[in-house]
Amino acid sequence: MISRILPVLALALGLGFAAPSFAQIGGPVTGIPGNPAAPNASAEELELQKILQGGRIAGRVTIPDNQSASLVQPAGRDWRAFHNVTLTWVGGIAVLGMLAIIAIFYATKGRIPVEGGRTGHTIQRFNLIERGAHWMTAGSFVVLALTGLNLTFGRWLILPIVGPEAFATLTLWGKYAHNYLSFPFTLGIVVLFLMWVKDNIPNKLDVAWFKAGGGLIGHGHPEAARFNGGQKMVFWITVIGGTLVAVSGYVLIFPFWVTDIAGMQLAHIVHGVISVLMIAAMVGHIYIGSVGMEGAFDAMGSGQVDMNWAKQHHGLWVEDEVKKARETVAPGARAAGAD
Amino acid sequence: MARMKFLCDSDRCIECNACVTACKNEHEVPWGINRRRVVTINDGKPGERSISMACMHCTDAPCAAVCPTSCFYTTADAIVLHDKDTCIGCGYCFYACPFGAPQYPRVGNFGSRGKMDKCTYCAGGPQADNTGVEYVQYGANRLAEGKLPICAEMCSTKALLAGDGDMIASIYRERVQRRGYGSGAWGWRTAYKTTVSV
Repeated sequence: MISRILPVLALALGLGFAAPSFAQIGGPVTGIPGNPAAPNASAEELELQKILQGGRIAGRVTIPDNQSASLVQPAGRDWRAFHNVTLTWVGGIAVLGMLAIIAIFYATKGRIPVEGGRTGHTIQRFNLIERGAHWMTAGSFVVLALTGLNLTFGRWLILPIVGPEAFATLTLWGKYAHNYLSFPFTLGIVVLFLMWVKDNIPNKLDVAWFKAGGGLIGHGHPEAARFNGGQKMVFWITVIGGTLVAVSGYVLIFPFWVTDIAGMQLAHIVHGVISVLMIAAMVGHIYIGSVGMEGAFDAMGSGQVDMNWAKQHHGLWVEDEVKKARETVAPGARAAGAD
Repeated sequence: MARMKFLCDSDRCIECNACVTACKNEHEVPWGINRRRVVTINDGKPGERSISMACMHCTDAPCAAVCPTSCFYTTADAIVLHDKDTCIGCGYCFYACPFGAPQYPRVGNFGSRGKMDKCTYCAGGPQADNTGVEYVQYGANRLAEGKLPICAEMCSTKALLAGDGDMIASIYRERVQRRGYGSGAWGWRTAYKTTVSV
């Protein structure tokens, strides 16, 4: 299994790293061989042309830093608009919107109880390695999310309260934390993918699960195996979103190693948008795994879930587990009193 | 107060790099950082011209707009400066800057960005004028001594002009009228939303 997945993962990561170096979101560059500036073009005409058509006015420098050969890059204006307007709105709506949905859901439906109450009998849902990988990823994600949100919103929300010096110290440590915790987060994404991908392939059951509103919205109880449709969605958001965020983040941590300024602007746009969407999704995930559903936290807490909870939410998985447990009993063994 | 600007007359610039050298020397700019550089476009072809470029001290500066810690401020002379004590070296100003002015010493984690450094228009920083701490962080403060930036002062052909925007624009306008040609004020449209009409 692992030998089949690893090359795919390596390829995906490789493509992710290579892509921005081909990307020229700024469009063609003026002034380098192959795309010369019009000989008599004035500064004003060239700047206007680059603003309208995209691209950069660039040339040659005699200092060793080749990046400084870019004279004017109007794409910075677009990036500014993205950072100050688009990202602020998308992030604000996504995160606050999700919190609002949760608040409304909790107010109207309340906590989802275990049907028939707790039995007292438990079944192992996640082992120590699974829980360890989950909490390594989750813990680093929470810090990454908060320090990341601070970069976009802290200036407006925290700086006026604590003042510039304290805010700068906070944000500087936030940057260190953001940079270093990217490594356990990325490792966590890889481990979670390898451990759980076999149970997260979408199938017909998931269609039925979503049609029934996951049992959250409608009535009735959709069947689910080890992971239900919603959990599979969280899994793929984590794996795909996490990979995109990690790759684009490493492009930014190591400036100019992979790509130029246009590539870094693109990397930041990907990083910002995917991050705020992931944060919104994870707020939902955290809610349903803690306050939102009775008995759910045990799965990642002790790893032992109540039998009734398991049957309620993952009936097919319980059947499988019970079958597996029976098969491990020696052949020919008979239940006491069967004769 | 004056509205300080830079203007590079690319019909006069001979790419001698004296401005680059003078700047590095005046402020003891660290190795690997260039607050000013000379870019030659159409090198070796008709229409070749060299332009000396540094921070243009923009009106509505993009760096200040995107800074997560709001470390930028604009002086009474409209010079865009920043506070290195509140800069965290995130790189956002570099993504937003049209002129590639922000520079980062490689001292941070993974040998990446330290605190940002850029042209100060020889006006130092938020520390007290012409003190040792100011010099270490930002370099010389010539404006406090009543002098203009060293790059423009050292320019052998007087291609690079520094001073009040209206004044240097009128000098340039006069030149263009006398000689009959001029490619315009590089970066003005982007930085100041104006051009020098002749």
